[in-house]
Amino acid sequence: MFLQQLINALTIGSLYALTAMGATLIYGILGILDIANAGAYLVGAYVGWYIFHATGSIVLAFIGSMALVGLGGVVLQRTVYSPILAKPRTLSIIPLVAAVGLFTMSSDAVRLICGAGTKAYNLKFPVMVYKFTVFGKKLTIQPAWIMIFVLTAVLLFILWFILNRTKLGLAWRATAEDAEIAGVCGVNTSYAMALSYILGYGFAAAAGIMTGILYNSITPALGEVPSYKMLAIIVLGGLGNPLGTVIAGLLIGIAEVFLSVYFNLPIPKDAIAFVVLIIMLLIKPSGLLGRKNKV
Amino acid sequence: MAYFLSISATAAIFILLALSLNIITGYAGQAMMGQAAFFGIGAYTAAILAERGVNFWLCLLAGMLMSGVCGAVVGFISMRLQEDFLAITTIGINFVMVALFNNLKITGGSLGLNVAKPFMFGHKWTNLDFFILAVVFIVILCLLIVKMRRSWFGMALASISNDPAAAASFGINVNRYRVLAFIIGTAIAGLAGGIYSFRMGYISSASFAFTVSIEVLSMVVIGGIGTLHGPILGGILLSFLPEILRFADDYRSLVYGLLLVLMVRFMPEGLFGNGSPIMRALGRLFKPAAAASGKGGAA
Repeated sequence: MFLQQLINALTIGSLYALTAMGATLIYGILGILDIANAGAYLVGAYVGWYIFHATGSIVLAFIGSMALVGLGGVVLQRTVYSPILAKPRTLSIIPLVAAVGLFTMSSDAVRLICGAGTKAYNLKFPVMVYKFTVFGKKLTIQPAWIMIFVLTAVLLFILWFILNRTKLGLAWRATAEDAEIAGVCGVNTSYAMALSYILGYGFAAAAGIMTGILYNSITPALGEVPSYKMLAIIVLGGLGNPLGTVIAGLLIGIAEVFLSVYFNLPIPKDAIAFVVLIIMLLIKPSGLLGRKNKV
Repeated sequence: MAYFLSISATAAIFILLALSLNIITGYAGQAMMGQAAFFGIGAYTAAILAERGVNFWLCLLAGMLMSGVCGAVVGFISMRLQEDFLAITTIGINFVMVALFNNLKITGGSLGLNVAKPFMFGHKWTNLDFFILAVVFIVILCLLIVKMRRSWFGMALASISNDPAAAASFGINVNRYRVLAFIIGTAIAGLAGGIYSFRMGYISSASFAFTVSIEVLSMVVIGGIGTLHGPILGGILLSFLPEILRFADDYRSLVYGLLLVLMVRFMPEGLFGNGSPIMRALGRLFKPAAAASGKGGAA
């Protein structure tokens, strides 16, 4: 029972981590809370669905959707976010307002174009359920969970590789540290921004497709829950810290599954992330792995 | 006409709410993204008391106090958390409050609460009465805000909003004024909530969702943040625009989102904010007349 719940929790947690990663990368560079990342998650799930049903290849669906949504992210960054940031701001939450507007638009555009109904991925795995017996307890594992684990691990490894082992990643880290100084030192900060959006929106799209496969249904309301839960996760992980985001995503997944299974809470599962967040912020405002000077 | 009156009454309540948010985000410069939670606290407090037969005016007052007390808690949180962190925390408070409204027994759970219309001079309150009540409160609030902005309190808020560190170095008690701004802003939101619950006759958690907070924030941002007329004009525009756009009902949210993006992208100071094209044009319009006839009357 415990092991089964833990596996459930880690599956959900890795999806959260992947969804929130985009917002973390974007916050790390531009310092804005991008709710529209949840729009990328939604649009990614739909683009993936269309590609999958047109070609019959789920690999193509992942690659195509991530590429298209990632490029869309760069277009948004160039036309909306960077110009807003370039102007003197009257209020810190102005970019967040733009992101909310974009997110509202994306949900509604998907509803108008693709219809309000549910769409099913109907992805067929060779084996639908694996059954094990561990320590005399029955354990079921779905192939979709394995796919989510493996794919999340691969994507996070690619992210780690790009950030730590390539020149572009060095530019990203330098820009995240201090954009102005990095620019003075000859780092092309606009590449770093574009990288944030390509990877961020691409990851969100992949998470959207995986959620669609896991629950075998996508609706235009798919992005609503991630849109705010993502914010809780990135803050919990110490804003702009990729490793912290992974840990926070897994923690929230575990907290949700275990609190709702073992305790009878007066609030629904989806509100747990924020309760954890509010408590956390009051104890250590810089997040799990955040630096002190960020607050 | 009855329909128009019904929309006007709702619009007036939302303008009151937008003005309350403007005190926190506009004048004090605090990132508040969960104003609907306090709107809801006021509404539920009033509704729960009304159910137990408490007088209408006392219900409004209690809603206001309850909301203000909860707002003080957020004010204390704002001492520790600023800007983005505060924004996320207030979003979180909004979601947690909606979850509580939707699950607690006293708030009627997902069924919500019915609120009986109050009586005055032997007749039931109508939309017109609620409209007049809300407008009276708006006028009183505007007069208070005008007074506040010239007062020591208003100037302290303006300096905190510009630069908290600089304000503190001038001897302004930054934390005290921040908390005060939160208390005043949320108390007025609670008042608006109380009026709302009597006016609607029924409330449920959906009326206080995060989207409502965004709607109110949009009124303030589109109208012109930090100005007195901005939230009022923004509130009127956003309350009546959906009714005008009703022919394109399917595209409403799309247009709404687009409007929000275009506004902050091209006119972050708002349609009617200081320095916006509309206000500049108005300024040009009035300048020649003032210059021509203003020989003696320099104010």
